[in-house]
Amino acid sequence: MTGIVGAVLEAWDELRIHRVRVLLALIGVACAVTAITGITAAVTMVGQAMQEETERMSGRDTTLQAWSMGSGNMSPAEVDAAVDGVTERHDISYHSVQATADLKVRGAQPGDYVEWSAVDVDHETITRQGMEEGRWFSDTDTERLAPVLVVNQAFLDTYADGASATTHPTVVIEGETPVAATVIGEIPVQWNDEGPRALLLFDQAMHWFPDRVMADAYRFWVPPELAEEFAAVLPRDLAAAGVPFDVQPPQEDPLVIDRVLQYLVLGVGGFALLLGGLGLLNIALVTVRYRIREIGIRRSFGATSGRVFFGVLMESVVATTVAGVVGVVIAVAIIKNIPIDRIFGRPIDDLPGFPFDAALVGMACAIGIGALAGLIPAIYAVRVKVIDAIRY
Amino acid sequence: MTATPLVDLQGVTRHVELPNGSTLEILRGVDLTVGPGEHVAIVGRSGTGKSTLLNILGLLDSPTSGEYLLEGEPVGRLRSRALARRRGDDFGFVFQQFNLLQGRTALENVAAPLLYARGKQFWNRTKLATQSLTRVGLGERLDTRPEKLSGGEQQRVAIARALVRGPRVILADEPTGALDVETGQAIMTLLDDAASETGSALVTITHDLAIAARADRQFRLADGVLVPIHLDAPAAVAENAAVATIAVAETARLTT
Repeated sequence: MTGIVGAVLEAWDELRIHRVRVLLALIGVACAVTAITGITAAVTMVGQAMQEETERMSGRDTTLQAWSMGSGNMSPAEVDAAVDGVTERHDISYHSVQATADLKVRGAQPGDYVEWSAVDVDHETITRQGMEEGRWFSDTDTERLAPVLVVNQAFLDTYADGASATTHPTVVIEGETPVAATVIGEIPVQWNDEGPRALLLFDQAMHWFPDRVMADAYRFWVPPELAEEFAAVLPRDLAAAGVPFDVQPPQEDPLVIDRVLQYLVLGVGGFALLLGGLGLLNIALVTVRYRIREIGIRRSFGATSGRVFFGVLMESVVATTVAGVVGVVIAVAIIKNIPIDRIFGRPIDDLPGFPFDAALVGMACAIGIGALAGLIPAIYAVRVKVIDAIRY
Repeated sequence: MTATPLVDLQGVTRHVELPNGSTLEILRGVDLTVGPGEHVAIVGRSGTGKSTLLNILGLLDSPTSGEYLLEGEPVGRLRSRALARRRGDDFGFVFQQFNLLQGRTALENVAAPLLYARGKQFWNRTKLATQSLTRVGLGERLDTRPEKLSGGEQQRVAIARALVRGPRVILADEPTGALDVETGQAIMTLLDDAASETGSALVTITHDLAIAARADRQFRLADGVLVPIHLDAPAAVAENAAVATIAVAETARLTT
């Protein structure tokens, strides 16, 4: 115990004495660690942002997309019932229809267009649908006597005088039987200058506007390990139920290009770290030659060759560890201040904290380069003959 | 019954191979015993192997042949780790050029050997170092760096450092060699007193016969052999006067 504590104290003491030289060598190491940690973290966080963006558009990873291949004379409601039967049999927890509707809001001017979608409650989970205000649909909303809507800001601006969704404004949807629909929530815009957009529950859409709804696609969110199996089984069973669908297998990893970029930048960071390490090695070698006499004196105090080796090695490791901590702290400061909202146009829902892995990678690189840079001077220090060292 | 000596050299030799293939015999068969608390002085010309003998005594070097018994235990059988541990535990070194660690304060210099100690000595190193410096009269200069201290003060720091672990033997290699006569005498008085106080044996290597005369026993190292001398005997004084003369002449040559 005292041996280890003593060696660390001794190493720290040496660094204190030679701080200017060591500091200069360590700037490179700290910069390289900042680069490696920062890039690892940035790629992780940007990857998360891109993943979320992808999932909003096409559903979470291992979401199977099914396209209708024609269902004969069956109505959308009958198709939906058949699909529900198949998903229940396979115990698929999350699935949602992707239906479009051709509806008109009272007061709309000619040329006004609203993007209408009819979905199931699970749509929110499958597509990570976040809310700006209000709430998403719940199962009990299906039982309501009037339809409820989830809309975007453009819809509220155009048809509800910009009222907040939390005030539950109502709009009248034209049709054979006009009906007042209540807005219960506001969803974020998908892109700048997005036009009015509204979602309603498929069951309610079928109840109020059965002739204006076209349900031609479904999404099934399945466990990753079962995705391939379901991609094969679902079309067969759906066809057997009289509703043939073409089921797309899950997407391949969409971030492969970013991984290549990550490795490229990590490679550059690693090279910078190597250069920093060589600088440190140079300084350590010069320092250890300068300290031969001191090493001899310490041997007269009872320092074993192992302790001398460990001490010199530790000087390098302690130094790069400190540089690593500094590098990681700088990386955290930089990454935490990247304006992700501005880059992606919207905040990340599940914004990950600073990735612990990235910090670990940075620290491991720093300690590793310290050990490598300290190895040669440590071997040199041990080989010095004590009696020659004292006279040096 | 005779007590086991602290240090017992029996027929110790030390040879080194020279680059031209020949062998240089530095020590040819040295016999020396040092008891606990005893003060022994060794005089001799430069290059006669005094420092080599001191290095062997302090476990910094090994004999080519012969036996070295430390409290009756043959040190030749000790592994390097055990040797280092006994060196730290049992020996304190005082060098001619002080050999203080540059950039460290007096306190840090004296505490440095305690970094290799265990238990209470390790954890209480600042307190022990302060006590040791106070004992040599430098209690007010704890935070002063060696370059700000006079030669005599630096040697006192070195003595405090040699004493801090409570060694059984203090090995002093020309402890007054870099000091003027008056300061040298003061340093030797301090070293003598400190050794007596702590019960440590003191082995001093010196050119100065007056310094050597302070010891309980004196030896002269010549031609690799250790010969007992008695400085109060006329013959020995005459014989050793030659040594002193040569030493003075060498010093004069080096300084001119």
